Amino acid sequence: MKTGSGKREAGSGRSRLALHATLVLGAILALFPMFWMISASLMPTGEASTYPPHVLPSRVTFEHYHTLFTRLDLGRYLFNSALIAVAVTVVSLVINSMAGYAFAKLRFRGRDRLFQLLSAGLVLPVQVAMLPLFLLMKQLGLVNTYWGVIIPGLSSIFGIFLIRQYALSIPDDMLDAARIDGASELRIYRSVVLPGIVPILATLAIWTFLATWNDFMWPLIVLSDESHYTLPVALASLVGEHVQDTELMMAGSVLTTVPVLLVFLFLQRYYIQGVLAGSVKG
Amino acid sequence: MPAEGTNAAWLFVAPALVLIFVFFFLPVAASLLLSLTDFDIYAVASSENTRFVALHNYAQLFRTPLFWSSLRNTFYFAIVGGPLTIAVSLGAALLLNAKMVRWRSFFRTVYFTPFVTTLVAVAIVWRYLYHTRYGLLNYALGSLGVGPVDWLGDPHWAMPAIIVMAVWKNFGYNMLIFIAGLQSIPEELYDAANVDGASPVRQFLSVTLPMLGPTLLFVAVITMIGYFQLFAEPYVMTQGGPLRSTTSVVLYMYEEGFRWWRLGYAAAIAFVLFIVILIATLIQIRIQREQ
Repeated sequence: MKTGSGKREAGSGRSRLALHATLVLGAILALFPMFWMISASLMPTGEASTYPPHVLPSRVTFEHYHTLFTRLDLGRYLFNSALIAVAVTVVSLVINSMAGYAFAKLRFRGRDRLFQLLSAGLVLPVQVAMLPLFLLMKQLGLVNTYWGVIIPGLSSIFGIFLIRQYALSIPDDMLDAARIDGASELRIYRSVVLPGIVPILATLAIWTFLATWNDFMWPLIVLSDESHYTLPVALASLVGEHVQDTELMMAGSVLTTVPVLLVFLFLQRYYIQGVLAGSVKG
Repeated sequence: MPAEGTNAAWLFVAPALVLIFVFFFLPVAASLLLSLTDFDIYAVASSENTRFVALHNYAQLFRTPLFWSSLRNTFYFAIVGGPLTIAVSLGAALLLNAKMVRWRSFFRTVYFTPFVTTLVAVAIVWRYLYHTRYGLLNYALGSLGVGPVDWLGDPHWAMPAIIVMAVWKNFGYNMLIFIAGLQSIPEELYDAANVDGASPVRQFLSVTLPMLGPTLLFVAVITMIGYFQLFAEPYVMTQGGPLRSTTSVVLYMYEEGFRWWRLGYAAAIAFVLFIVILIATLIQIRIQREQ
């Protein structure tokens, strides 16, 4: 590779340029829909529906955001989404990390068979559970409540999997030393295990938050009353009435997706680790 | 291991297991039973109004043209969209993995960004980009001399339009996994291929691709499973139209179950979906093994 003559250098210069041109073009394609979403949300009413189309607003206006928060009460859905996503993230982190740690490091009868059964559950599509789950929620009086969305998210096979994989690397000596000192199992979990698995907890937290925030089908099913809608459900219902109001819908889309984009951009290192950790064993 | 250790272990796994069994495994099993009953809107009011009908729902399902077209649409989406997504992911991963790339992590983040966006929100954005008169896609094509296409209003174009959007949304995820797979290929293999004078294409076919085998299988399986569950895109962008050309199996299940409250019938649809996904997964694993 390094034996390049002058001619070869020129050739590699050209291919370097072509490579980067392709990458930049790809980046433009990847970002353009989001760029246009933000741009159109700032256009005066009607400007996004003109020919030839505008890419940038002729005059920047925040009136659509104002309409969303006043007339359409989007603040309420923002609150619902945040409440549900935070509740699911915090509680599921505790539940999944305890189970994941136990599957990795504690011995109990039937552990491996139980874990195999759980793993098999990873191939079951969630939609198969949704019809009876709805009837169950109805039976429990949880239809159209926050709990109806939160409870099924409180534990996930994927989360247990991720934690277990990571917790396997905790040295047994460390746990045994704490036991000899007379620490209870709960104390060991709190003061030895949790500090040792912080990176994967961060990964799982971001992963869970984004997945819960973006989730659509189950909230759509279990929430029938508008006042409990999450942002994606509210947005899908809004587009039915306001499909002509392009700029307004774009402002709604920005509000729905910008929070997760920010979480991702600030914490992407952990999120990306989660993608890779999840793919290690399939 | 002392006895209290075992008890503690059970306390640690109990909350997770109870939740997963009650709110996932139990409903999945109940779904099979539900599909053998005529559970409908009257049964929602009082479950005494439900009867065991054996395989009647399945028989009815297989006689319904809409079920077959929903199955066909779902296969179209998975079989065209799946490989297309994987191809774009692999292409992006190969580009980003090239030695001379600068700002690698910047491009990686940019390409991954569509994956984390909220599906409902970006589906609405694409709906406007696909607009026949005012959409930017038709404007761009128009400047190349291609006439306006009614992307979401033409039964021939609606599914391809949804596929393009799905490729854009999802390729970044597989791309990350491919990059990790590419980086785990030992450098010596390429050095040896270089000594043998193998062309870049030849190197890709005889070094990269075989070494990526397990990664490829993983990516193919999760992409396929995900794509068979197509729902939000047609729900938001086309409502299953035009002429039902984008009604997927899950959308059909949703309509039957939660719009018409025919839960027994809808459960049969859900179970067919499960079997289809299972078979597709097994076929992919088999193909990979044989290679």
